[in-house]
Amino acid sequence: MALLEVKDLKVRVEEREILHGLTLTVNEGEVHAIMGPNGSGKSTLSHVIAGKPGYEVTDGQILFKGEDLLEMDPEERAAKGVFLAFQYPVEIPGVATMNFLRTALNAQRKARGESEYSTPDFLKKVREVSKSLNIPQDMLKRGVNVGFSGGEKKRNEVLQMALFEPSLCILDEMDSGLDIDALRIAADGVNALRSPKRAMVVITHYQRLLNYIVPDFVHVMSKGRVVKSGDKQLALELEESGYTQFEDAA
Amino acid sequence: MNVALAKTGTGRAVSDLFTSAEGRLPGSPAVIAVRRQAFETYERLGLPHRRLEEWKYTDLRALVGEVLPLAATPDAAALSRAAEAVKAHGFAGARKLVLVDGMFAADLSDVKALASEVSVKTLRETLEKESGDLLATASTDAMISLNAAMATDGVVVSIADGAQLSAPIQIIHIATAASASAFTRSQLRIGNGVRATIIESFVAAGAAAYQVNDAVLVTIGDNADVAHIRLMDDAPDAVNITSEIITVGANTKLNFFNMTTGGAVSRLQGFITLAGEGSELAVNGVNLLKKTEHGDSTLVVDHAVPHCTSREIFRAVIDDRAHSVFQGRIIVRPDAQKTDGKMMTRALLLSDEAEADNKPELEIFADDVSCGHGATAGALDDSLLFYLRARGLPEKDAQALLIQAFVGEAIEQIADDDLREHVIGIAERWLERRS
Repeated sequence: MALLEVKDLKVRVEEREILHGLTLTVNEGEVHAIMGPNGSGKSTLSHVIAGKPGYEVTDGQILFKGEDLLEMDPEERAAKGVFLAFQYPVEIPGVATMNFLRTALNAQRKARGESEYSTPDFLKKVREVSKSLNIPQDMLKRGVNVGFSGGEKKRNEVLQMALFEPSLCILDEMDSGLDIDALRIAADGVNALRSPKRAMVVITHYQRLLNYIVPDFVHVMSKGRVVKSGDKQLALELEESGYTQFEDAA
Repeated sequence: MNVALAKTGTGRAVSDLFTSAEGRLPGSPAVIAVRRQAFETYERLGLPHRRLEEWKYTDLRALVGEVLPLAATPDAAALSRAAEAVKAHGFAGARKLVLVDGMFAADLSDVKALASEVSVKTLRETLEKESGDLLATASTDAMISLNAAMATDGVVVSIADGAQLSAPIQIIHIATAASASAFTRSQLRIGNGVRATIIESFVAAGAAAYQVNDAVLVTIGDNADVAHIRLMDDAPDAVNITSEIITVGANTKLNFFNMTTGGAVSRLQGFITLAGEGSELAVNGVNLLKKTEHGDSTLVVDHAVPHCTSREIFRAVIDDRAHSVFQGRIIVRPDAQKTDGKMMTRALLLSDEAEADNKPELEIFADDVSCGHGATAGALDDSLLFYLRARGLPEKDAQALLIQAFVGEAIEQIADDDLREHVIGIAERWLERRS
């Protein structure tokens, strides 16, 4: 069984159709890159998989481990193992990062019928992961993402990915707003999480990110559909030729 | 007495109430004369209504309808219920002074455990043995006048100069009598150089639909450091109108905080006068309201002298069809140069039918001051909610986390860790009752 099956998905936002029948299959252990110009529907796909309100699915389905994902609340999806790394992680003043991480992790474990993490185990794990991601301890005491730089916000997303151990990670434009050093640290964090049991969907505008997170498959989206699929060579070709060739194909 | 004055039905009911209660009110004939005068002031004004600017958003004629008869003196069963409430609502380590249905309950109070610098008398004995001075205030407010007329008891606390109190003093008002009124009036005289924490709690012990009218007269000397924390955690159908009249001396720090988590109709009206130079005042408040509750925080900060600072942070969380009122007024008198006064009030509306009235007012008569205010009202941020849910938090938990963060900005102004946790605990219980 595929980990994620998106079948002929049609999605509207405020009466306008954004996805016009998108199909995508992701198996365990695979890394898929989704590339495409602005407005092609990449972020919409990531939001619909994570369950963001405001999108109307008019046709098609999304199966995750064989279950109908569209029937689930966002929190259920998270507990089942879906993780969206946000393009723009929000700032939450007054909610300390450490408190947020523990509350979220325990909520997911509770939903799965697992016992809550003990505080020492939790702290040990957070310290380990945050160290490897170059996240200072005092950042964890601050409000979630409050006053964080772009790079720190993305590293905080990777930290959560490492803590929650999802089986599907969707990285929405992880490279946006990052300089090359920040990108390398974040990408190293992601690569460390690659495993035969975990799949990743890397959404990006530029080929650059894929130098760091090397995909098994590359899909090109245009006007709400996947118009071409291939291996990592496809990304390099796109870098040469651009997206215009697909505008007509769509 | 001239009874030909035009009165509402409600005004008539109070008039009857006063006549029937007169025999139970403590004080010499001279004190009763003071009460009668206060009552006449009240009778002239009647229950406050929306055509009075100060009461515009809290129309007691419409909201309360009638003033209930005086609660009976609590019997053994009532005191035993109150004892349970003291256990449930007492702050660990505090010296408790307990008022049950408007009467001081000596057996439930820790008078003997008080520090030697603290003296406590009851209002009752003060009125009977001394004078009616405590019933007099300069206020022309109808509810404060009614309180002077009707007050059955209260505590008169004096803290001697220089006292450094390690244990907070907690005044706990407990209602055990349903469909009855308690009128209490207290005085806190806090000397020079005192360091103290005062907590006032309003709770119910099985009572429903009761009414509270409380007034507290506070004077704080120079060079003092005082935390004054109020917790209005009444039964959902109670009415609580409470007035704090506070005068602050020079070079004193006062951290005043109120949180309202219950009551069908509640109002804290605080009148704080900065009467000595160099003092720092923090006034913070939280309203947590649901169903059809109406909660009003009306706070007047009067900068009477130069070189004082005041900071106000107020947060309201309003669910269902509840209604929160914040009226914050900063007065800067002509001589009060170099005043630095700021206030910020924010309301969080959790339902389409929730209502918030924010009325910040600055009355500035000096020309070399720094004053400002801000007010916002809005719903929970959907993008924050989605982020938390995408991380696995159920919707109610995500809301609760954001609500806690929202009110946290006011609660975190409480310096003492244990007391802050105690207050957070009450807010958390409110959130649990909500879901």
